Amino acid sequence: MSGQTGPVCVVLIALLVLWYVGAVFMNAPTQIDRYNRADQAWTTGQLIEDTLAQDRPILPAPHQVAVEMYHTIFAIKITSKRSLVYHSWVTLSSTLLGFGIGTLLGVLLAVGIVHVMTLEKSLMPWVISSQTIPILAIAPMIIVVLGAIGIKGLVPKAVISTYLCFFPVTISMVKGLRSPQVIQLDLMRTYNASKWQTFWQLRLPSAMPYLFASLKVAIAISLVGAIVGELPTGAQAGLGARLLAGSYYGQTIQIWSALLTAAFVAAILVVIVGWCERRVLVRMGVKS
Amino acid sequence: MTLKQVVNNVAEMPASKKAVVDIKKLSLTFQTADGPVYALSDVDLTIEEGDFVSFIGPSGCGKTTLLRVIADLEQATGGEISINGVTPHEAREKRAYGYVFQAPALLPWRSIERNVTLPLEIMEISKEERVKRAQEALKLVELNGFEKKFPWQLSGGMQQRASIARALSFDADLLLMDEPFGALDEIVRDHLNEQLLKLWARTNKTVAFVTHSIPEAVYLSSKIVVMSPRPGRIIDVIETDFPKDRTLDIRETPEFLEIAHRVREGLRAGHSNDE
Repeated sequence: MSGQTGPVCVVLIALLVLWYVGAVFMNAPTQIDRYNRADQAWTTGQLIEDTLAQDRPILPAPHQVAVEMYHTIFAIKITSKRSLVYHSWVTLSSTLLGFGIGTLLGVLLAVGIVHVMTLEKSLMPWVISSQTIPILAIAPMIIVVLGAIGIKGLVPKAVISTYLCFFPVTISMVKGLRSPQVIQLDLMRTYNASKWQTFWQLRLPSAMPYLFASLKVAIAISLVGAIVGELPTGAQAGLGARLLAGSYYGQTIQIWSALLTAAFVAAILVVIVGWCERRVLVRMGVKS
Repeated sequence: MTLKQVVNNVAEMPASKKAVVDIKKLSLTFQTADGPVYALSDVDLTIEEGDFVSFIGPSGCGKTTLLRVIADLEQATGGEISINGVTPHEAREKRAYGYVFQAPALLPWRSIERNVTLPLEIMEISKEERVKRAQEALKLVELNGFEKKFPWQLSGGMQQRASIARALSFDADLLLMDEPFGALDEIVRDHLNEQLLKLWARTNKTVAFVTHSIPEAVYLSSKIVVMSPRPGRIIDVIETDFPKDRTLDIRETPEFLEIAHRVREGLRAGHSNDE
């Protein structure tokens, strides 16, 4: 870990510098415009200072976003509609529900595809073509259709997450469940092991590294799915709603803080999956 | 004639022993895109209880295929084969044999002990009994003390010994071994051969052993089956009667060299047929 800290910090600092420079240049035209309208003389130093402190900048400066995030995460009560913790929880709950269902669905599909020849022929093309439909196009329809039959709130968003995240799980698990060597399958045959026993003792353990690799992708796109699912609901709650509300009112600082919060949540989720992976693989005797 | 004392013809052997594997006119043809491949043709062989039978021949002679037919991993396309009086399929269902592959094929996520207990788990034997039998099997291959290690922590030779322990754990009377020491260096191989002989002498199991090493075949076997390719067939069956507690020293004796010579002649004859 310590070997990584240095490079990570360098990249982080480079990004911050780039961000500040970008903020100055992008906000400068509107700021100069403002000076001109007020017939105000200005220096470069003053320009830089003002571009980093606008109310509704085109690109807010990092410290503005940091202040907003601190304010909406720590300073406000988490029950408040303005609290990012509240909105994060709304998004997170449907992310986790969708991730859970999606993983389960993905694994079940993979098990079916690996064990039943006809399922591979009939299901696999659908599994793949399901991902060619843009999620932005299908998400509002899922919300509307489910809304029409009385399902609202958490579930429709989770359905969109599920829709996105079952795919990597299915694809990896099919590969993982097929990863045992011929010699290992022959070995199970010499014991007259049933399909079920071969599955539990050989196929499933062999597939674990594949499963975790796909879970990291799945949890991240599950969050994306939940955010996308919040956009067509009229921005009631959730990080997606914050993004949408922010863009309605030109609140760029609000948009960026919601965006960064979403990124942090995704990073934490991926780290948790990675931690589970290490725990499981260590238990399975993988050399560390 | 010294050879006469060591090598007997099949006909001279007393027929009182029970046949474990009985093969008559067995043939196996693989249908491939390039036309049929005659893997085995007209194979006649009897393996009796307590025999140590080696199959030797160049690659493509069908020795592994024959072992796989006995194990019901491959189906014969002609002829008859019975294991303990039943079909190979029924024998497999009764778990009548332990199979040792060319590679250890240990499951990397299981400790050595749990690899050895894998067949016992599949046979739904109680945990207490499983651990007890694993202990016994690991002792037979001198791997006690390594129960909690994972396969990657063991050398290649030790891994293969663990896989032999796994094949022994459910105490089948028939042991099928497909070039188990082929990938190991000569010193390790000699050592494992000695251990295998001791094991055979102690347990009185019937062993079918595929190899392509002449000294290994002569040293280990009570019966050597020489095979030749295209089509895979048996060209000589040589019986030896070295004592069961023989040591590696017998490899220097004239009897040993004479049998090795006969095996080599057989292999050469098999080759000249086809070139």
